[in-house]
Amino acid sequence: MSAGTAPRRGGFGRLLRAEWTKFRTVRGWVLGLAVAPLVIVTLGLVSASGSHTSCGGPYDVCPAVPVGPGGEAVDDKFYFVHKPLTGDGSITARVSSMTGHIRKPDVTPGVRNEVDGVVPWAKAGVIVKDGTRQGSTYAATMVTGGHGVRMQYDFTGDMAGRPGGVSKDSPRWLRLTRSGEELTGYESADGRHWTVVGTARLAGLPDTVQVGLFVASPGDLTVQQADFGGSIQAVRFTEAIAVFDQVALEGRTSGGAWERDDIGVTLEPDGAPHHPGGFAQSGDTYTVTGVGDIGPTGEGQRIESTLSGLPAGLIVVIVAAVMFVTAEYRRGLIRTSLLAGPRRGRVLAAKATVIGTVTFVAGLAAAGIAVVVGTRILRSNGNPVLPVSTLTELRVIAGVAALLAVAAVLAFALGALFRNSAAAVTVAVAVIVVPHVLATTSVLPLGAAQWLLRLTPAAGFAVQQSIPEYPHVLAYYAPSAGYYPLAPWAGLSVLCAYAALALGLAVVRIRRRDA
Amino acid sequence: MRRHLSAEWTKLRTLPGIGWLLLAVVTLTPAASAAAAAVVSCPPAGCAYDVPKLSLMGVQAGQAVVAILAVLAVTGEYGTGLVRTTFTAMPRRVTVLTAKAAVLTGVTLSAATGAVLASVLAGRLILAGNGFVPEHGQPLLSLADGPTLRAATGSVLYLALIALLSLGVAVAVRDSAIAMGIVFGLLYILSALPLMVSDPGLQKLLWQISPMNAGLAVQATTRLSALPLSPWAGLAVLAAWAVAALLCGGLLLRTRDA
Repeated sequence: MSAGTAPRRGGFGRLLRAEWTKFRTVRGWVLGLAVAPLVIVTLGLVSASGSHTSCGGPYDVCPAVPVGPGGEAVDDKFYFVHKPLTGDGSITARVSSMTGHIRKPDVTPGVRNEVDGVVPWAKAGVIVKDGTRQGSTYAATMVTGGHGVRMQYDFTGDMAGRPGGVSKDSPRWLRLTRSGEELTGYESADGRHWTVVGTARLAGLPDTVQVGLFVASPGDLTVQQADFGGSIQAVRFTEAIAVFDQVALEGRTSGGAWERDDIGVTLEPDGAPHHPGGFAQSGDTYTVTGVGDIGPTGEGQRIESTLSGLPAGLIVVIVAAVMFVTAEYRRGLIRTSLLAGPRRGRVLAAKATVIGTVTFVAGLAAAGIAVVVGTRILRSNGNPVLPVSTLTELRVIAGVAALLAVAAVLAFALGALFRNSAAAVTVAVAVIVVPHVLATTSVLPLGAAQWLLRLTPAAGFAVQQSIPEYPHVLAYYAPSAGYYPLAPWAGLSVLCAYAALALGLAVVRIRRRDA
Repeated sequence: MRRHLSAEWTKLRTLPGIGWLLLAVVTLTPAASAAAAAVVSCPPAGCAYDVPKLSLMGVQAGQAVVAILAVLAVTGEYGTGLVRTTFTAMPRRVTVLTAKAAVLTGVTLSAATGAVLASVLAGRLILAGNGFVPEHGQPLLSLADGPTLRAATGSVLYLALIALLSLGVAVAVRDSAIAMGIVFGLLYILSALPLMVSDPGLQKLLWQISPMNAGLAVQATTRLSALPLSPWAGLAVLAAWAVAALLCGGLLLRTRDA
């Protein structure tokens, strides 16, 4: 290759180097991408240190949130009537009635407004559990208030059986058999013909387990609009009362009486249980009353709450990314750039690569510091932070860096498309940041908020959601509560698609039009 | 001053894209209001919506276009270098800024009046179809109603103040990308900050100093006692922001080279 002919290969590498040189020598651009992480980290840490939780009591320490076998925070609160079982065996019981009470919002202030009824996820059935410790491994077959027969295990597992509730005329027989680590749930409408509801493998289930009857009834949820925007969720007391009979145990169980435990019951300051469950036996009929729930919980702070500075940081990134291209047009540098690299699409691609990469690195540092340090501050202030796996934490950090990078590419492409900073910044902010702010501050109705986060580039924010939705747990699954309508990577893909589209249009435009 | 005004009017009138921007204010505002009105409904049992505020929801979208208009009115002049000619012909810079602000206010007020009237009309027509009728305990939206008139007038003034705030920021930073970034940050990010803190006192304070939250208090007609600021006091907070931005811009304009 002679010195006179420009090397064709590696041309993109040279373009990249040229664009990187341009980027690092313009003070404003470097400053912009230094300010963005600073904004994200500062706002995140300030809001984390302003968040305190205290639970009163002599030591002012909040009780630890139980953690399930999968590492997630769980609710494990129910009335448990049990006996030890060693080795393999089974329990069978018939549920012939399920009733209960639900406390509704007070109609006249100060007067308790309680109605009869069971909430849809009230549960009554047979259970095998590794002892009475909250969060220990379990499997259960149950009748629910409104979701038919289910088999659930280890808090996150849920399998559906026959729909419909129970009554005196149509009782339901439930059975759970243990064989090693394998638990199988059965149901029957007549006690003779059995169908399998599901099978679960409980890793590390010890030889001796507790087997018995249980009842739980999660609180009734009402959601109200708050004065400053946002929503107020109230969970009110409910209880479920189930009647069991024809209880039969197989295997090596103790012959003694049933033990009773109100697992996870909260105690009043004087030591009396608050909303206790109960157990009554008459002949072979057992009536069990239970309050609470067995399942994963979303109550508590999340690691992504330390990323409150993200929208503000995103605006800074957008401004810097737009200026990275519009400044070239304003100063006429673009003509020099295109003279040196006549293949215009490649020049644009090189610029997009540089701005995307630089933003990703800056975003990685920002999100890493905000999440890791912010979570630590939250915990030291006594806030219960929902535990997540390291993999999820890494996904949140890397995903947020990718969100910033792809948003920068989108803003850059809009700048190249419009060649006008004001228009490009406005459109970028209007499609990326504003839908997210509108959707998460719940000024919009829930449905509209969810559609915004499916259709607009703001869908990319889904990548920061660390706690998944569980269909078998009643909660307010709304953007304002941190639940996005799309899965993390699906949301980010929507943003990527918009960025690719805008970049494609920008390439077409720069090829067709004079610079 | 008359010559200043006439010069600024000529410059604003011939700003590239000014027609489109004004059209966007007048159409986007009622369109967004109509969209907000279309997704809510009032059952026969009654409902607790703030109807005038609902029908003026589009102001939150329209303000973005007003901000672009105001920013471009300044940065367009810096981008082309026209600003040097302006200051050669009219060396009293603060007077130039005053004239620019006056012309911009006039143009914004007229566009905002059209936008707000169209929003109220759209709200009245759409909401009546969604069950907001006297039989459900919701009187029809009418400007003859005192609080509704205040909300509508206040929204027009709100948009004019947003224009002045953006003008001040643009004069201070002289770059349209940075100016838009700052204006959007002040409006949308500051308005979301109260939701990110848990301390009620701090939450209230952040709400009160946020130009968008405080300024839009002028649209509220129900549960006024629950608001941290009265409607006009809220608009006064936004006015304070606009004055501060203009003062800052004017000061920099006097002391800095063009």
